[in-house]
Amino acid sequence: MLGILLSRVRVEEKLLLAAFKSRRTPVEIIDDRQIVFNLQERNWQGFHGILERCINHSRALYALRIFSDWGIPTVNCYEVALVCGNKLETTSALVRNGVPVPRCRVAFTPESALEAIEELGYPVVLKPAVGSWGRLLSKVNDRDAAETILEHKEVLGSYHHSIFYIQEYIDKPARDIRSFVVGDETVAAIYRHSDHWITNTARGGRVENCPVTSEINALSLAAAEAVGGGIVAVDLLETRDGQLLANEVNYTMEFRNSIDITGVDIPGAIVDYFIRVTAGKRDEHV
Amino acid sequence: MSKSQQSPCPECGYEIAVAADTVKGEILQCGDCGMELEVINIEPLEVAPAPEEEEDWGE
Repeated sequence: MLGILLSRVRVEEKLLLAAFKSRRTPVEIIDDRQIVFNLQERNWQGFHGILERCINHSRALYALRIFSDWGIPTVNCYEVALVCGNKLETTSALVRNGVPVPRCRVAFTPESALEAIEELGYPVVLKPAVGSWGRLLSKVNDRDAAETILEHKEVLGSYHHSIFYIQEYIDKPARDIRSFVVGDETVAAIYRHSDHWITNTARGGRVENCPVTSEINALSLAAAEAVGGGIVAVDLLETRDGQLLANEVNYTMEFRNSIDITGVDIPGAIVDYFIRVTAGKRDEHV
Repeated sequence: MSKSQQSPCPECGYEIAVAADTVKGEILQCGDCGMELEVINIEPLEVAPAPEEEEDWGE
């Protein structure tokens, strides 16, 4: 049996369910709000593959940990969620594997963070290590703003907001690129246009098809491989001198706005990949 | 399930109708007040306010 682990059925999950149906492949919906794992018992062995589509990073991460311990194949796997769910882990993995990224500093106190910011030079971008959809990103333009934001993070935020992830601000051309990697293929890419420096579609960015050039393909695959592979969306930044940098990698990618614009059946590609990589385990069950 | 199934929006009372392929857990938007709703039961149709965004939500 195949399963799809989710928190709620958004447009993406509806499209994935439709893709399973059109392939005549049954899939059981697993609502993460109803799960109780008994760590001493290896139940759930009826599943030979689970597609992770949680909206909560923590739920996804821990569920994948347990499924992995129980030998149930998942897409993505625990290690990919661990790396992609945390920007510090992601950047470390990209750097470790020689993937070009914006200059980045990590500091643990407001004082050392301020020092790192001044050394990078304004503007910089402060990001929570765990977070998505452009939430709580700060573009820091000067020292006054830096001091204020660092103090707010320390005083008002929970402890993990005092892990300061500081990134060079890339003066991009009012857009970034999101590429969709499924296995060893970059199946599609989009430009995300915005007059705001945050281009996430969740924040109103406008999308346009982006041809998958050999450079976009190579960088996307390198970034995907660096975080452990599988199905990921890679955010790329273009510098003014024409260089491409990998910014972030997402492991539960959203694609509702990218199907019509690219003409690529992204949910179909995801489901085909998932069925393919879990087929070995299914055969063991037969 | 019939398309005629309806359930009132818990915010504004507007009668929400759903498509035949609607599944439990699906997220809808009220056509009148715009509130985000979750389908918590299919037969009979029941909708409730969708969970609020949490800090670790995302991609």
